[in-house]
Amino acid sequence: MALRSPPAVCMLATMLLSAALHAATVQVAVAANFTAPMQKIAEVFEKDTGHKAVLSFGSTGRFYAQIKNGAPFQMLLAADEQTPARLESEGLASAGTRFTYAVGRLVLWSAQPALVDNRGDVLGTGSFERIAIADPRLAPYGAAAIETMRKLGVLQRLQPRFVQGENIAQTYQFVSTGNALLGFVALSQVMVDGRIAQGSAWVVPAAMHTQIRQDAVVLANGKDNPAAAALAAYLKSEPARAILRAYGYEF
Amino acid sequence: MPISPDDLSAVWLTLKLAASTTAILLLLATPLAWWLARTRSRWRAAVGAVVALPLVLPPTVLGFYLLVSLGPHGPGGQLTQALGLGLLPFTFAGLLLGSIIYSLPFAVQPLQHAFEAIGARPMEAAATLRARPLDAFFTVAIPLARPGFITAAILSFAHTVGEFGVVLMIGGNIPGQTRVVSTQIYGHVEAMDYAKAHWLAGGMVAFSFVVLLLMAMLNRRAVRVMM
Repeated sequence: MALRSPPAVCMLATMLLSAALHAATVQVAVAANFTAPMQKIAEVFEKDTGHKAVLSFGSTGRFYAQIKNGAPFQMLLAADEQTPARLESEGLASAGTRFTYAVGRLVLWSAQPALVDNRGDVLGTGSFERIAIADPRLAPYGAAAIETMRKLGVLQRLQPRFVQGENIAQTYQFVSTGNALLGFVALSQVMVDGRIAQGSAWVVPAAMHTQIRQDAVVLANGKDNPAAAALAAYLKSEPARAILRAYGYEF
Repeated sequence: MPISPDDLSAVWLTLKLAASTTAILLLLATPLAWWLARTRSRWRAAVGAVVALPLVLPPTVLGFYLLVSLGPHGPGGQLTQALGLGLLPFTFAGLLLGSIIYSLPFAVQPLQHAFEAIGARPMEAAATLRARPLDAFFTVAIPLARPGFITAAILSFAHTVGEFGVVLMIGGNIPGQTRVVSTQIYGHVEAMDYAKAHWLAGGMVAFSFVVLLLMAMLNRRAVRVMM
């Protein structure tokens, strides 16, 4: 058989190997708040580069625990900047691969139209019973909400009315079901194609709180994976940024 | 001190929630289980299936539907508002309702099996001795079903202590009102504060072991006394 001859085997092996190099697969752990945009980005990434990104969505803290205990993820798109830095300092991430892939914007939102004014005055005057925020200890959006209320001088007044979502997705559910009349959520959750889809909202000015930077890092597992490097580069490219913009992220 | 006042308040709230849930469940489940064990109604199978349903839905999903239905636009929420109770999500009463629904099968099924195991004869014997049905129920059926009651209490209590998804959804994580041990441990883990999480989780496991051990010993003694 032709394949028996050494050159043919070599050629076949080379072909398979280069095909594998050209179309690799990267396992990505993605912060839950970035689910919708990342699904779209993964789609165009695959079309443009031939690489495939397999996505898992979850909380950054849980991903940290899983990565520390041997999870096979090759890249992490975190909801904060601390976790990728921590993974890098612990040798679990590839050094020098950290970068900010998105900057989140905070929004005070109510499912009811005309409830939230465009300066956030409702925080000082409104007679609502509950206000939803993400747990400030776990979610950067929650910490930013606290900072904003402190700056506005309404933190003391509002603290007894807090209900806390474990993450920003749950916080959004509290508000969208009307169980909390209003709440601080991510702009990306209420924005569709560059517009706030329903209810009323105040996009909190960026100067009111520490920037909500979401960092990505290539993990130790993905160090030699060309698809991981390609995805890192792709996240900074124009096609990816167009998607980010449509969801209300900055960069 | 690895256990903070916040942790202690979560522990206290958990015990309060688990004890109240267990007490209310035993009151609700006893007549229901008795009916399921004795009836020849054609609704028996359907009611039995409804009782088992909370086992099917993942807790966070169950919690999500409770949140929607008890919210201001949901039927449950409109009912509680019309009754002047306000809205239940994010309150202790809401957690209690969620826990009762979530643990219902764990209370009903052991009781139902205990009542079925007794059979009709002891009750018939009591009737021939002129005991009225209610009298016979309290003096014959309930003492005979005691192991079933103990199992139902253990399972309801333990299941409520370990409840997480439902609480997370309808609780809103309010300190002293809806922040229980399981959500507090989860918060520690998510915040990567593992030392605090280990202490609280270790304490909860040790405590639960002691409670379950005591109840199991009580159960054995009860059986031996009856023999």
